[in-house]
Amino acid sequence: MLHRNLLLAAVAAALTIGAGPVAAKKMYGPGVTDTEIKIGNINPYSGPASAYGAIGKGIAAYFKMVNDNGGVNGRKIDFISLDDGYSPPKAVEAARELVEKDQVLLIFQSLGTPSNTAIHKYMNAKKTPQLFVATGAGKWNDPKHFHWTMGWQPSYPGEAEIYASWLLKNKPNAKVGILYQNDDYGKDYLDGFLKGLGAKAKTMVVAKESYEVTDPTVDSQIIKLKDSGADTFFNITTPKFAAQAIRKAYDSGWKPLQFLNNVSSAIGSVLKPAGFEQSTGVITTVYQMDYSDPQFKDDPAMKAWEAWMDKYMPGADKTNGNYVFAYNVAYTMVQVLKQAGDDLTRANVMKQAANLKHVKVPLLLPGITVDTSPTDYAPIQCEQLAKFDGKEWHRFGDVICPK
Amino acid sequence: MDLFLQQTSDGLAFGGIYACVALAVVMIYQATDHLNFAQGEMAMFSTYIAYSLLHHGVPYWWTFLLTMAISFIGGVLVERVIVRPVEGTTVLNEVIVFIGLLAIFNSLAGWIWDYTIKPFPSPFPDKAPFGITFIGPHDFGVIGVTLVVLAAVFLFFRFTPVGLAMRAAAQNPDSARLVGIRVGWMLALGWGLAAAIGSVAGMMVAPIVFLEPNMMMGILVYGFAGALLGGISNPVGAVAGGFMVGVLENWVGTYVPFVGSELKLTAALVLIVTVLVFRPSGLFGHVVVKRV
Amino acid sequence: MDARSNAKTRELAALASGAKLSKSQLLGLALALLAALALPWLVSDYRNFQFTLAISYAMAVLGLNILIGYNGQFSLGHAAFYAIGAYTAAIMMEQGGIAYYWTIPVAGLVCLLAGFLFGLPALRLEGLYLALATFALSLATPQMLKYDAISRWTGGVQGVTITKPDPPFGLPISQDQWLYLFSLAVMLVLFVCAWNLLRGRTGRAIKAVRDNPIAASAMGVNTALYKSLTFGVSALYTGIAGALGAIAIQFVAPDTFNFFLSIAFLVGVVIGGLASIPGAVFGGLVIVFIPNFAEQVSKAAPWAIYGVVLILFMYFMPAGIWGFIRMLYARFTRKRGTEKATRALADREQPS
Repeated sequence: MLHRNLLLAAVAAALTIGAGPVAAKKMYGPGVTDTEIKIGNINPYSGPASAYGAIGKGIAAYFKMVNDNGGVNGRKIDFISLDDGYSPPKAVEAARELVEKDQVLLIFQSLGTPSNTAIHKYMNAKKTPQLFVATGAGKWNDPKHFHWTMGWQPSYPGEAEIYASWLLKNKPNAKVGILYQNDDYGKDYLDGFLKGLGAKAKTMVVAKESYEVTDPTVDSQIIKLKDSGADTFFNITTPKFAAQAIRKAYDSGWKPLQFLNNVSSAIGSVLKPAGFEQSTGVITTVYQMDYSDPQFKDDPAMKAWEAWMDKYMPGADKTNGNYVFAYNVAYTMVQVLKQAGDDLTRANVMKQAANLKHVKVPLLLPGITVDTSPTDYAPIQCEQLAKFDGKEWHRFGDVICPK
Repeated sequence: MDLFLQQTSDGLAFGGIYACVALAVVMIYQATDHLNFAQGEMAMFSTYIAYSLLHHGVPYWWTFLLTMAISFIGGVLVERVIVRPVEGTTVLNEVIVFIGLLAIFNSLAGWIWDYTIKPFPSPFPDKAPFGITFIGPHDFGVIGVTLVVLAAVFLFFRFTPVGLAMRAAAQNPDSARLVGIRVGWMLALGWGLAAAIGSVAGMMVAPIVFLEPNMMMGILVYGFAGALLGGISNPVGAVAGGFMVGVLENWVGTYVPFVGSELKLTAALVLIVTVLVFRPSGLFGHVVVKRV
Repeated sequence: MDARSNAKTRELAALASGAKLSKSQLLGLALALLAALALPWLVSDYRNFQFTLAISYAMAVLGLNILIGYNGQFSLGHAAFYAIGAYTAAIMMEQGGIAYYWTIPVAGLVCLLAGFLFGLPALRLEGLYLALATFALSLATPQMLKYDAISRWTGGVQGVTITKPDPPFGLPISQDQWLYLFSLAVMLVLFVCAWNLLRGRTGRAIKAVRDNPIAASAMGVNTALYKSLTFGVSALYTGIAGALGAIAIQFVAPDTFNFFLSIAFLVGVVIGGLASIPGAVFGGLVIVFIPNFAEQVSKAAPWAIYGVVLILFMYFMPAGIWGFIRMLYARFTRKRGTEKATRALADREQPS
């Protein structure tokens, strides 16, 4: 008797296992139906950081292309982007509107360290993904305490440490002058750089000058830096001030070895206004392709990007690096959605975001991919040093991936 | 000594910009008895118009004059159409309208020309005259232009009948009407002239700071400060005030030890306000005696 | 003129000066209060949050209104007091571990002192010059808040995150509902205090300084003292508003408290209704909801729409929203009053 029951059970089990994969169940979080996925975004379309509004527009255009090609797994993306004017109270209001009123599945690429800091606790309390935030602050890579928040771009401190390491190895007696924006972003770079120099920071750094984003120019600060006798210049500025700083340094006859933060490394929007001659010799780290860089002219990914720009953002300025950034980051988002398949709950979206393995995002530099894991919430960590030779960013050294 | 010279000359160069803005502020104050918050944004908008003209191939000095003319007409229109309905109501109502104008011009500029920085050409040659090297050629040119505009404004208000009529219309509209002055058109003229001067300031500033919609915000504040420091009833005083603010800001940031650049703005403003507390009408302004 | 019409005249005068409320005004007030109390259960948590913010801004607007509308001074620097209140709350709650309700009176007192101290040197400045001085205060505030030396308490450029308080006694309402009710209670207390202050002797002195400072001082009013005190009281209101705002948003960051915020308060004062207490409520609503409205109308240039709305308000409601409502009310009652008076006259002229 027992013998026969056991046999029947074994046969039943074999049939079940052999029957093939169980049909995928559809699991939906808020904002998801069979035909659409609602994604929220907070961007500064007005106010002091309004130049970055181009990113929001670029992402919207990318999603439109995806939708025109059938969407992701048959679902179209409904991209709801709100303006916070780079103001944290408005960001909180926008986040609450997106999560509570619009019922989005996740908030993607919210921009700005202060705005993201303001909604950090809220998003995690509401167990809603705050995915691929548009800031390089070091604090987003903390899966243990903030499971629902993840950055995307290489972190500011990480980049600063690359410069510091290079200096320690190649120019240990450098006298460094630093210009930094007096806010979260500027201080993040500054602290990372000082930490990277370690004990030598006190002797190597001879001058630190800050500026407010409301200041008209940084000319006075550059004069002071030159006067300090520094022969190396770490330029932590946003695009407008970066162009001013590069030009003023040149005009005043100061020719230091200059490190420029990646945030302001776009050839078209920063180096061209500053002047190609003025910018020659500047060093930065790069991880994306630059449209104005002749070496990528014939790259097929770049050509595809150009075609996308022509069709979905006609008339927009292709030399604006924000549009390359938007393309790359939107690609990554779509990759996560693809991996999630029909399990579009918030938990699974987060799980897939923490499960990106060597994803080749089209306009990232060769050798740099997107990688995440449940303990590694920093999608892009690798960068390469590059020097501007008057025409293009000439990469040198190896691709550096901090441990 | 070299640092001192450099900071001073940089301060003077920037002071020239502040002085130019201060002039536009004084112009509108003399003409309308009010401060126009939207002055900076209108100047920025004019500069964008110049940028568009240049991009269509119009040579620089023609662009310059054309922009001034367009700004003049624009200023007159703004006054006649938008500001007129609230003239005669309270000062605060007018201030709100100015704030509205500020928002409109800023937002429209960003929408039409987007927010990335754009280089703007300088009309001045590559080398400063007289072989001067401690001050750049453009900065030198800015100071020169400011002084020329100042002279024109001063002569206009002091020695022309229209200038006199404008001042009268602003200070005592009722009496002015009694002597036959068309007060409404005087106000419009004042706005037009202020807009034209503002456009000059914008075109002088853009080559240094790069053209973008938020370009004038920080500068306008210093322009106001300069105008008030020097005395808002006095164009010469206002210009002097503008230069002083520029130099002061650099000196404070460089030489006051614990301030550095992290408190530069604060320190400069504290200084300006302190001066005002001791000379409430500005350094060169007239003291208004209040009678019962 | 008999005794009855004398009494009637006195009553009308009291009504006009705001010292007393007519029956219909009291009814209107009661209805508004009822609606405000019922709100948390009628709308979502997100809307509760927005209305809590509106309450915070309404108090700031009232503070500024006391200074500008009732005392004739001017300020473009109230963002500084809002900031002081906000940071006081943040530091007390996060660094000091003190409960949120204690932050309200402390923020008020700190700002009372700060406002008074600022008001003293500002006495020498008038009109434009006062505007510039207060403008300078607004501009300097973010930089001062970011100053490294005090960043141990202020959080420097990073700001301070605040934990949201829970409803007391385990009441079955959400945190947002509780915060709304708490803020509403604080607002009502402050508004009643303001109303009392402004209709009494102090209020008359304050208004006298606005209307005719020379005559006022000739009559023995210490104008300097009253002006500085008014600055202090104005700052107190704005400081408490800042504390409540910080608790609602759960975050304070230095660059938020800039001169655009000061300008927003000014817009609230004028569009809500100058020299009016109910106007402040409308001012608060305007600050929160007009930018959202503008963004819905135009994604491309929302601030242009905002500017247009501001200008339209000035064309069609020059006395502010409250002034507009009062005008409507006066027209409505005058019409009915005229009817009644005509009938009374007709009755009297009827041959008996």
